[in-house]
Order: sequence, then structure tokens, then C-alpha cells
Amino acid sequence: MTGPPEPTPSQTVGPFFAFGLPFDGGGDVVPPGTAGAISLHGTVRDGNGAPVPDALLEFWQAGPDGRLPTRGGSMARDGRTFTGFARVPTDRAGDYTVRTLRPAPVAGSTEAPHLAVTVFARGLLFHLFTRVYFPNHTEANAADPLLSSLPPERAATLIAVPDGWFGGPGYRFDIRMQGAGETVFLDLTGDGAQRSSTIDGAGPA
Amino acid sequence: MTAAIREAATAPPQRGGHPDRAYAPYRSTALRAPSQPLVVASPSLVERTAPVFGAADVAPIDADLTQHSTGEPLGERIVVTGRVLDAAGRPVRHQLVEVWQANAAGRYRHDGDLHPAPLDPHFVGGGRCLTDDDGRYRFVTIKPGAYPWRNHHNAWRPAHIHFSLFGTAFTQRLVTQMYFPGDQLFALDPIFSSVTDEKAQQRLIARYDHDTTVAEWALGYQWDIVLDGPGATPPDPDEV
Ligand SMILES: [Fe+2]
Repeated sequence: MTGPPEPTPSQTVGPFFAFGLPFDGGGDVVPPGTAGAISLHGTVRDGNGAPVPDALLEFWQAGPDGRLPTRGGSMARDGRTFTGFARVPTDRAGDYTVRTLRPAPVAGSTEAPHLAVTVFARGLLFHLFTRVYFPNHTEANAADPLLSSLPPERAATLIAVPDGWFGGPGYRFDIRMQGAGETVFLDLTGDGAQRSSTIDGAGPA
Repeated sequence: MTAAIREAATAPPQRGGHPDRAYAPYRSTALRAPSQPLVVASPSLVERTAPVFGAADVAPIDADLTQHSTGEPLGERIVVTGRVLDAAGRPVRHQLVEVWQANAAGRYRHDGDLHPAPLDPHFVGGGRCLTDDDGRYRFVTIKPGAYPWRNHHNAWRPAHIHFSLFGTAFTQRLVTQMYFPGDQLFALDPIFSSVTDEKAQQRLIARYDHDTTVAEWALGYQWDIVLDGPGATPPDPDEV
């Protein structure tokens, strides 16, 4: 018996992903003019508070119906199907913008509505996971297992701040990679205990 | 640099063989690695699913990087293929694999690449494909060249192809780099060496495979990729 394979280690996305990963309209989860569209935007900053102009962000979320998309077309969007996936590089000012719809709670979920986020950058050897929550879900946020486990000032780094934009309602979500006001980044390997227990042969049944 | 790399290698390896984000020999980590420990969280239902890609997103020609121009790129034509597996060893089917790389001279088609090596008018260097029923991907490309960078004096990256992978859950997301066997630059490269465990380093290196080599046409390499993190469904004990 050889057991499960060992993971392939992460390596940095490097500085030259621009012709590899971003795609046209990568931040437009919904087309302009879509009813209920919001802008989610912000700045990625490093440990000195300087903008990070070579980060890449990905977002994944349920739709306003609370369903997680199950159909392909996340890059070649047809303009009708909600794909729930965005990929945006930061610009020279470290800024990004995504146009999407607010997620509704996922049936059976204990978490408040949120977007899952992955942060890649030159100088980052292993991507970071975080989440975007919305301030209007007061009760759901208070009951959210992650938000409720954090000191208020740390939980605040995960909650988007309403700020209008020219096209309608908008939210600011800044990402601080290090230092003062550092964004809460997540270790989601929790269920990995099951994996390592398989290796050790000593875990829960 | 080798002394700094040797010193950093004495730190205990990270879970899964991944690099420590605060790996000092790679200078740009200094202001970009979080200073707070990661917060352990149970993956949400959102994070237990993954973005979906399909035939509309990827054309077959996207997997042949030698066919993205009006002429043939210069360099050594190669086939790179392998399987994408989850932590339980199950194939990741019909999921997106993306690659990007320098040309044969070690130059990226990117404004920020200042290496005085020639651009190849017939090579762009980006590719995509979907894995098949067996989790297999396959790219045709040219072997990328090594290239200098500014991390320290006389710093050179070993030849590599950047890979981006999705699993069946958002938690399995992976961006990494594939290297070629026998490269003399491994021990001098802080990015490769940021993976400090030797066995884990081997998992970044493709294997030359004569059965993958196509006679009279291209050399073949095999590289399997194993995604970390919990999958969409718990591993079936019978499959482990
Ligand atoms: Fe590179």
C-alpha cells in the first residue's frame, strides 16, 4: 500500500503572469447595466503600506439565489449565466475592481454570505485565502463561525465598506498583506486532519 | 546566496512541503508575507466548491503553444503531460490547467522583462487546457530558457514553466512552477530552494519520458500534480 500522494509544493506566481492568467473582462462577473450589480474594489498594500502593483486576485461566490454555479463558461461568459468567478490583476496603483452581484446565503451553510478570495503576488511563495463579508448581514455576521471567533478589529478586515461608485452601489475591500491592519488570512486545511490521520493511521475513524 | 539558502534550509519544513512565505533568501517576501499566523477556519460551503470551466472557455489549440503565431517558434519542441490528482490520489477531471513561460532565450513577452535576450515573434508563451476523464493534461511547447533576475548578484532562475491549477474545491487552488531534471541552478535559486524538503523539491521536477517523446518531432516530459487541501467530498476510505 503506497498511501495517498504527497502534495505538489506551491511556488510564487512571479512578476510575469500578465499574459498567462488575466483574461479580458476577468472582473466582470456580470455585464455592465445588470440589475443589482455592485462594484467591489480596493487596494492591495504591502507591509510598508505601499500599493502592490503585481498581485492577482480571484473571487468565488454564490449568486443572489444562494446557489453555487455548476456550469462551465467562467472565462468565456455568455452574459446570462452567473458564473461566480472573477480574476483581476491589480493595476499600477495596486487597485482592483470587480463587478458582481451580492451573494445570498447558501442553503445549509452556517456562514454569513461571503466571497472566497485568493491572493497571488510576486514575492508571495504560497497564495493566501481570505473572505469578503458584507456589513448589512448584521445577524448572520454575528453568528458566522469565523467572524465571531475574531477580535472585532481583526474581523473588520473581512467586512467590505459601502462606498458608492458612478455605476451604482459599491463596496471597498482593501487587502493589507502585512503589518498594521493586516487582513485576516485563512488556513483552510482544517479537514486535512483527515488526510494526515490516514498517513499516520492513528486518526479518528 | 548559497550560504543564505543553506541557513534557511535548517528551518523545519512546512506542512505539505510548501514554502514558508517569510523565506528570507527571496527578498521580495520581506514585505509581502503576513506577520500574523493564519487563522484556522473550517472551509465554508463556498470554499468546498470550485469555479467551473468548460469547452467554451478553452479551445484545443490553446494547449499547443507552438501554434499561437503565423510561424514556428525557435527552440527545442517539447511535450509536457501528466495527471492532476487530489490529496486522496483521485483524478481531478475536466478542470482548468493554465501555463505561462519564457521563450527559448529566457525572455518573457512582458513589458517588465528587461533581460536583453531576443523576443521570438512566433512565441507568446501562454497556454490552457482542461484535464480529461483521467485527470490528464497535455501541452506542446518549447523548452524555456533560464533567465537572470535581480534578487541578488548573478541571480538566475532555472528553466521553468509556471502552472495554475484548480481542484474540485476552492481550497485546492495551486499556482506552482515545473522544473526540468538535472538543472545546475536548483541549489542557487531561492525560489526553488524555498521548498526546503528534498523530497518535496523532487515533486517540482518533471521526469524525462521516452514514451512521451514523439519520434522525429518532440522530447517528452511527465509531471503529475497533487493538489493539497480538502476536496469537495471527503476521501472514500476504499480509494485511499
Ligand atoms: Fe518565471
